[in-house]
Amino acid sequence: MSPAASSSKHRELGLTDSEYELIVKRLGREPGDVELAMLSLMWSEHCAYKHSKKLLRRLPTDGPHVLMGPGENAGVVDVGGGLALAFKVESHNHPSAVEPFEGAATGVGGILRDVFAVGARPIAVLDSLRFGEPASSERSRYLLEHAVAGIGHYGNSIGVPTVGGELYFEHSYEQNCLVNAMCLGLAPRERLIRSAAAGPGNVLVLLGALTGRDGIGGASVLASAELGDGDESKRPSVQIGDPFAEKKLLECCLELLDRELLVSLQDLGAAGLTSSASEMASKGGVGLELDVSSVPLREPGLEPFEIMISESQERMLCVVEPGLVGEVMGVCEHWETLATPIGSVTDSGRLRVLAAGRAVADLPVSVLVDDCPLYDLSPAPHEGPLYAAAERVLTDQDTPAEILLKLLHSPNLASRRSVFEQYDWIVQSRTVRRPQEADAAVLALPDGSAIAVSIDGNGRRVACDPRRGAAEAVYECAANLACVGAEPLGLTNCLNFGNPEKPHVAWQLTEAVEGLAEACEALGIPVVGGNVSLYNEAPTGPIYPTPVVGIVGQLPDVHRAGQLGFAVEGDAIALVGPFEASRNGSELAKLAGLPPTGPLPPLDDRAVREAHEQVRAGVRGGTLNSAHDIAEGGLAVALAECCIAGDVGATVTLREGVDAFAEAPGQAFIVSGNERHLENFEIIGRVGGSELAIDGVLRISVSDLEQAWSGGLAAIGP
Amino acid sequence: MKFGVVRFPGSCDDDDALLAAGRVGEATILWHADRDLQGVDAVVVPGGFSYGDYLRAGAIARFAPVMEEVAEFARDGGLVLGICNGFQVLCEAGLLPGALLPNVSLRFVCRQVSVDVIHADTAFTCACEAGQTLSIPVKHTTGRFYAPDVELDRLDSGGQVLLRYAPGQNPNGSLRDIAGVCNEHGNVFGLMPHPEHAVDPLTGSSDGLSIFESMRAHVAGRVLV
Repeated sequence: MSPAASSSKHRELGLTDSEYELIVKRLGREPGDVELAMLSLMWSEHCAYKHSKKLLRRLPTDGPHVLMGPGENAGVVDVGGGLALAFKVESHNHPSAVEPFEGAATGVGGILRDVFAVGARPIAVLDSLRFGEPASSERSRYLLEHAVAGIGHYGNSIGVPTVGGELYFEHSYEQNCLVNAMCLGLAPRERLIRSAAAGPGNVLVLLGALTGRDGIGGASVLASAELGDGDESKRPSVQIGDPFAEKKLLECCLELLDRELLVSLQDLGAAGLTSSASEMASKGGVGLELDVSSVPLREPGLEPFEIMISESQERMLCVVEPGLVGEVMGVCEHWETLATPIGSVTDSGRLRVLAAGRAVADLPVSVLVDDCPLYDLSPAPHEGPLYAAAERVLTDQDTPAEILLKLLHSPNLASRRSVFEQYDWIVQSRTVRRPQEADAAVLALPDGSAIAVSIDGNGRRVACDPRRGAAEAVYECAANLACVGAEPLGLTNCLNFGNPEKPHVAWQLTEAVEGLAEACEALGIPVVGGNVSLYNEAPTGPIYPTPVVGIVGQLPDVHRAGQLGFAVEGDAIALVGPFEASRNGSELAKLAGLPPTGPLPPLDDRAVREAHEQVRAGVRGGTLNSAHDIAEGGLAVALAECCIAGDVGATVTLREGVDAFAEAPGQAFIVSGNERHLENFEIIGRVGGSELAIDGVLRISVSDLEQAWSGGLAAIGP
Repeated sequence: MKFGVVRFPGSCDDDDALLAAGRVGEATILWHADRDLQGVDAVVVPGGFSYGDYLRAGAIARFAPVMEEVAEFARDGGLVLGICNGFQVLCEAGLLPGALLPNVSLRFVCRQVSVDVIHADTAFTCACEAGQTLSIPVKHTTGRFYAPDVELDRLDSGGQVLLRYAPGQNPNGSLRDIAGVCNEHGNVFGLMPHPEHAVDPLTGSSDGLSIFESMRAHVAGRVLV
């Protein structure tokens, strides 16, 4: 009898029979219970990236500003003046679908820890959210309300501003909402620290909260399987957040680093102690020995395996030289943060776990971290339509003016004020461009320059064409940065997809990664980190393939940061960039009840890159008084947004054949400025008056535009 | 002029208050567990979520060792400014009248609002003009000022209401649009809007600076007399 057949326990824990057999072969014996629990998590999709790791090697990771690339807790780029900027995006989709408030809150808490684990002080959070159709789905309205409240609860309480984000509603997210959180942090370069454990004999110290039963198996139970009926029973797998504990932990860790008391630092996230200890040992090429009996517990009676895999929040693991442990304990006491020596670094290359002196696990670190098989995908496009059309909102009788008002009122395009007013976007005194003032958030740096950041993704367009749709997300995000005058420094991404074992999802994933890679190469933007969330799939099918892209950039003069609203009456309005747009996959197509199909417009990367450069230069030089990229809803919506933000009208004449509602995200811009500065651009109109008039197409007062736009989301009550 | 900014575990706007006060004078941090006020001329109790605020906003912070000293400092006539969570703490400590209840919306609200200066002859508003409107952001979940009617009448007639939300701007349902009140002696002032987040046009407004400038002018005048 093969070992696999002798027990089905590994299957309950998510391991396949062949994976289990491989474990037995590598160990030369069957794993014990604690070992099996640890291995099942380390070999889960969430920890091992076994269906995506090979693909991700395609992404370019080198760039002149990169200080830390993929593999560390967060990517880091150099922003000059002795400062480094750390950033990363991560998903918390499955927990949020089961319990939206705590799921979203701990998503924020987790990404904050990733950033301060490299020694950076978190300075901004952004969120990318997807839910089902709010008009028809009470569940989606519930998820939206509570996820937004959870994000606000954590970010507001810990004093990190939420400066931007995006929010879309599509039926494909009805069962699988997406909650992706991105965090940025700043550090003096010399404070940066890596997670590699080093120095046999050094002490392993656990910092922060007590360990409890929350989040047991979160990585395997929730994050690496499809959701279905009866998910309420998974609620104990969702972690509970405590932002006050994390605030103290954050201050404590930064002070420990400022005093140069740590050898290495790692946060505890998915798979808890197991994952953190394995990763630290693997990166340092050392072994670790720890005793679970010394881990402070929230309740008595936790089994050793539970202590090893608990996902209790607000905990960090660090390595300290023996002579400095006393000083470390002193700093932790000052910040009322629990600190407990739980083990030591060894030269064995093994992770050895003791419980009251008895060994309960003794595994080669390489088996935990490196030996999980990586799978080749079997990509094949889906035969026939995969996604249903949305409910039709437009009628054949609608005039262009009525179409524009319906677009502005639609949940995907309406003002996000009712959401972002629930977030503190001003704490830390750096926020120069607030939500909806510009296409990217802008944060001042001490040297007079500024950071810009945006997060973007459009699953519907990726569903039409995964390769081009994913590329568009990169171009659009970079375009948003150009609009404030910023040059991209680095990119992080979160790949939200369905079940990769299905050929059509594998195809979406493969094509999307290729599109991301091509766009990053064309724009010269390195990918410094990211996250993959698979199995976002319900019995009715997968979510739209949703790569979410976050780019950080820099502009030299904070006083020249761009804004999106028309600013000066009499300014000329120009269209910059090749605008090869179509209605396929557009917001108009959605409201017209069409499914997401058809080719997306071609993209001339050289011309688009030049357009980005022109806009960036114009904003930096002060010759452009406003800049806005043309994205969802096309030219008409972009013009309306410029009018609403500036509270002023515009008169525009479109070239023959230009469709006011067609889309080509990331390719082209609406800019305004003194006419003599816009000589090289295609001038299409002028700022002024109190209405938006597009010659021969529509004419609407700015107050009507504002009313339609501002009421769209408030009506569904987030 | 030396400001002391109290730092509780869970304070969030302490560094912002330090920066803002630093624009008009010296500024230093006062740690919650210390009893030494370091000879400051004025104390700022900043915004945030002191001790997590899991019980009731400000309810734990009032028991901090530093707050005993701040209370004595206030009794001796020292200037104490409470912003947002600091306002909640000062009400809990009995240094200011009234209480702050959850917003009518029951939600956190972050918004730039207009507030009217009601009295400009006080230690906290003497750099403003009566009737002047200031643009200052609010951000809180628990900011609805409440006091019984008789107490509100007393505050009004005693000139203790220094700031009101401008018409249509009340973000939380505060009674009589009250945004900031002082104690009877006029040396302790609490407000929900964040003047420390309105000290630079680059980040939105510089109208809040006048609160800190008023305090400096008042202290300077007192020293001269």
